[in-house]
Amino acid sequence: MNWELILESIGPIALGAITGTIPLTLASFTVGLVIAIALALARISGVTWLSGLARAYISVIRGTPMLVQLFVIFYGMPQIGIILDPWPSAIIALSMNVGGYAAEIIRAAILSIPRGQWEAAAMVGMSRGQSLWRIVLPQAARVSVPPLSNTFISLVKDTSLTSVILVTELFRVAQRIAAPSGEFLTIYIVAAAVYWVICLVLAGGQDRLERKLDRYAV
Amino acid sequence: MPSEPLLSARGLHKSFGDNHVLRGVDLDIAPGTVHALIGPSGSGKTTVLRSLNGLESPEAGTLRIGELELDLAAPRTRRERSALHRASAMVFQQHHLFPHLTVLGNVTIGPIRVQGRGREEVTADALALLDRVGLREKADAYPSSLSGGQQQRVGIVRALALQPSMLLFDEPTSSLDPELVGEVLAVMTELASEGWTMAVVTHELGFAREVADEVSFFDEGVVVERGTPEQVFGDPREERTKRFLQRLQGPFGR
Repeated sequence: MNWELILESIGPIALGAITGTIPLTLASFTVGLVIAIALALARISGVTWLSGLARAYISVIRGTPMLVQLFVIFYGMPQIGIILDPWPSAIIALSMNVGGYAAEIIRAAILSIPRGQWEAAAMVGMSRGQSLWRIVLPQAARVSVPPLSNTFISLVKDTSLTSVILVTELFRVAQRIAAPSGEFLTIYIVAAAVYWVICLVLAGGQDRLERKLDRYAV
Repeated sequence: MPSEPLLSARGLHKSFGDNHVLRGVDLDIAPGTVHALIGPSGSGKTTVLRSLNGLESPEAGTLRIGELELDLAAPRTRRERSALHRASAMVFQQHHLFPHLTVLGNVTIGPIRVQGRGREEVTADALALLDRVGLREKADAYPSSLSGGQQQRVGIVRALALQPSMLLFDEPTSSLDPELVGEVLAVMTELASEGWTMAVVTHELGFAREVADEVSFFDEGVVVERGTPEQVFGDPREERTKRFLQRLQGPFGR
């Protein structure tokens, strides 16, 4: 092990995490969640064409590799005149991907809330929209924290794929350091360690969030 | 019985698939009276009650509660739906409290978010109601930390806070441990004595006998017999009613 190189490389790699991986993850997850909620509502809307459309979207996203989705957007779209920088391309591809996976989680969570909750909400006079927003979604959120945390952690690691479309994130920084030095093993282990630390922190955050939401657990 | 009923339902029909659960039910409830709906499971009494609050949509039937008149089979406008929910409030068998809200939140969410009343006024009213059922100090607790009887009393307060014209109870004690039934029935008895108009689906024949002003006996989707508790329990006219009451009494009597 080349300790000197580890010390030298860990700074730039961590910086790549802070300026690349982490904001990319946060932005994509936020947009992805909005897409997911919209898709989940479309799926349970009872409107045939709407739920069919959502189902088709989810099927395509889950049935194609993330890397290929990135390539289609970054390298493919310019052919039809849509030219995007690496960052917007990455956020679009990642959030569309997260949306597809998280949609099914949220749909299942909404369906897991007992019918009696909808009925009690109707009884106090709420419309379906109010019932959803004030009664069902808050409870569904609690149910979906563990599976959504998985999606979130996967997303952290999936951001490394965006190095191939030239986004300067953790892994691309590591590649740039590794190539001239020739110390691939050391540098890539440092990169892996930084991903692991990020995910450890996230898992801790998941525990705290679950405990906070547990105050009303049945 | 006073002349003008507060609630009149006429000709209720409802099927679930092939199962014709309501086969032409009429129901009248006079203001300030308690009407007990009794009968074997599957006889349609709960479906009738749920139809009164719009939780079921019968294929045919009309409903009048106070000023509100509805063809139950027709699709409801927003205004009609909200008027229907204002007219009556329901206490569910399994309370269906909102687990993510505190006791106070459960009681106030309807008045504040739906009826648009002021938070301060609603909160004061809610605390007073909770006080009356002995749960003032549980206002900030979550439903999961309460006993079944306490949860059901909160369910009753949630219904009262909506300021409905009448109260609907769907087997409010059937899911409770036996030792918790009394506290819920006590609250209901008190409400009855205050003059609340109540429709109560119940298996508690003792409660029906003591508190109800009128009893309807349901079987196979129709009202077989109706009358005062003395008449229905003491001297039932119909064979089906007699058999039901005998079955409930069981081999050891009561």
